[in-house]
Amino acid sequence: MSPVYMISGGITKFAKAHPDKDFRLMVKEAYDYALRDVPPFSKDMIDGAVGSYFSDHFTRQLKAASMAQDYLGLCPKPSKRIEGGGATGGLCFQSAWEAVASGRMNCCVAFGFETMSRVNTWKGNEFIALASDTNFDFPVGGFYTGYYAMMVRRHMHEYGTTVEQMAMVSVKNHMNALYNLYAQKAKRLTIKQVRESPMVATPLTMEDICTMSDGAAVCILAAEDVAAKVCNRPVKITGVGSGSDAMRMADRPHGKVILLAHERESDYAHLKYPGVHSFRGGRMAAKLAYEMAGIRNPIEELSFVELHDAYTSSEIQTYEDLGLCKYGEGGKFVESGVPFMPGVDYGLELPKQGRLPVNPSGGLLACGHPVGSSPSGSCRAPSRSIWATTSFR
Amino acid sequence: MDPLIINDHYEIDYRHSYAEDSPFFVGLSKGQLLGSRCTACGYTYATPRSHCMECGAPTAWHELPLTGRVHTYTTCHYGGEQFLKETPFTLILVEFDGADTLFLSRLKDVEPHGVRIGMPVLARFAKTPTYRVTDVWFEPV
Ligand SMILES: [Zn+2]
Repeated sequence: MSPVYMISGGITKFAKAHPDKDFRLMVKEAYDYALRDVPPFSKDMIDGAVGSYFSDHFTRQLKAASMAQDYLGLCPKPSKRIEGGGATGGLCFQSAWEAVASGRMNCCVAFGFETMSRVNTWKGNEFIALASDTNFDFPVGGFYTGYYAMMVRRHMHEYGTTVEQMAMVSVKNHMNALYNLYAQKAKRLTIKQVRESPMVATPLTMEDICTMSDGAAVCILAAEDVAAKVCNRPVKITGVGSGSDAMRMADRPHGKVILLAHERESDYAHLKYPGVHSFRGGRMAAKLAYEMAGIRNPIEELSFVELHDAYTSSEIQTYEDLGLCKYGEGGKFVESGVPFMPGVDYGLELPKQGRLPVNPSGGLLACGHPVGSSPSGSCRAPSRSIWATTSFR
Repeated sequence: MDPLIINDHYEIDYRHSYAEDSPFFVGLSKGQLLGSRCTACGYTYATPRSHCMECGAPTAWHELPLTGRVHTYTTCHYGGEQFLKETPFTLILVEFDGADTLFLSRLKDVEPHGVRIGMPVLARFAKTPTYRVTDVWFEPV
């Protein structure tokens, strides 16, 4: 495999709605933003593109990625669309990485978008829930927040995780967003405010959950020779990974933990895994990405992490899947302050503040979650069923 | 110029076949809860599937007990549009003795604060079947 570099990225500010811009124009804005950052780069260096959006229901336009491709003026270069639920954007990034790593392309553009504002929030929730089994799951209540709520309820039961620990994630990510011009929901919150916001599905409140948004993001990936020509500080992509799990939560097994390099079987002698409290797909993705990047102890070797925080609960679960702490310690991990930014006053007591910041951008909780458009600088978009993580060094 | 926005209605009827899952839905109309069991390795599914996820062999239909326990739960105060009028409703995953996997259902006749993990629950069936998975729900024993 040839080394792959990210030479630039662009993004639109995610917003509740962008009635003045359709998906093509949003992608074009993100693409032009990416190009502006690498002036020596020119369009004829691009060999092809991969586009992504999650839901045909939201877009109600099949072949929308092809339409964005022609709007960008990239025809007749190769084009395809990637879809993978909440991992859509991450998988799009990986697909572009594959094109360059395999030598098929010297430069590949990954673009993603989602236009979720075209229907009301509850219809939008219904569209997303159509990803759950339509024979056995959707008709019972068709609501992903409900599914995540059941997962974290079990996490609380297994490990003693608390709603206050979850609220700390919300405080952190919304506060981090104050330092991100592109964040949609930057604000200072308290644990009390998170808990007192309207209950959506017990124990998750409105402030535990990301908002549906419109937005687009673009990454440009290139081989070493192209990267060296156009960019002073290209980001080398040293590891990628993805995983999967049974789509019906009820079908997920209760077996053995998939171990990372720094873990031992005896750490989890009595744990039934993944059950519904952990994301086996996310753990698999982490394992593969770490192995490729040669990371043996993530907490020591990583400088920051961007991960899928569609829910505060899923951020805590993902700390564990990524091996930032042991299974069961996610709640204490956020309480310790490790995943907070250093030097920011969150209004919380944080003994180990800033050791390994997680979601310094504000994450999906504060940036919004236009599902298909997260191949942004951080490449954050794993889902409950199919996960993709990408590690940068 | 402000964007011009129109209302665009969209409606469609699907012919949805339960195909190989059909016996489960017919079972509900007879007060039976059917899971499936692998004919090769014995893995038992509380939500049926016709082939085993573990070994790939075909499964056989397997009648589940009508009592189980709450594995996890949530009370939804919002939901997908189609279910908003039914809120608040409580979702549970049910675990059964002798089954390796769980079953998603609704828990009725209980106060949201009265639900506990491990709580015994009993399956109830609709008198008039609609041939949907909601023909079965659970109540505290
Ligand atoms: Zn089997």
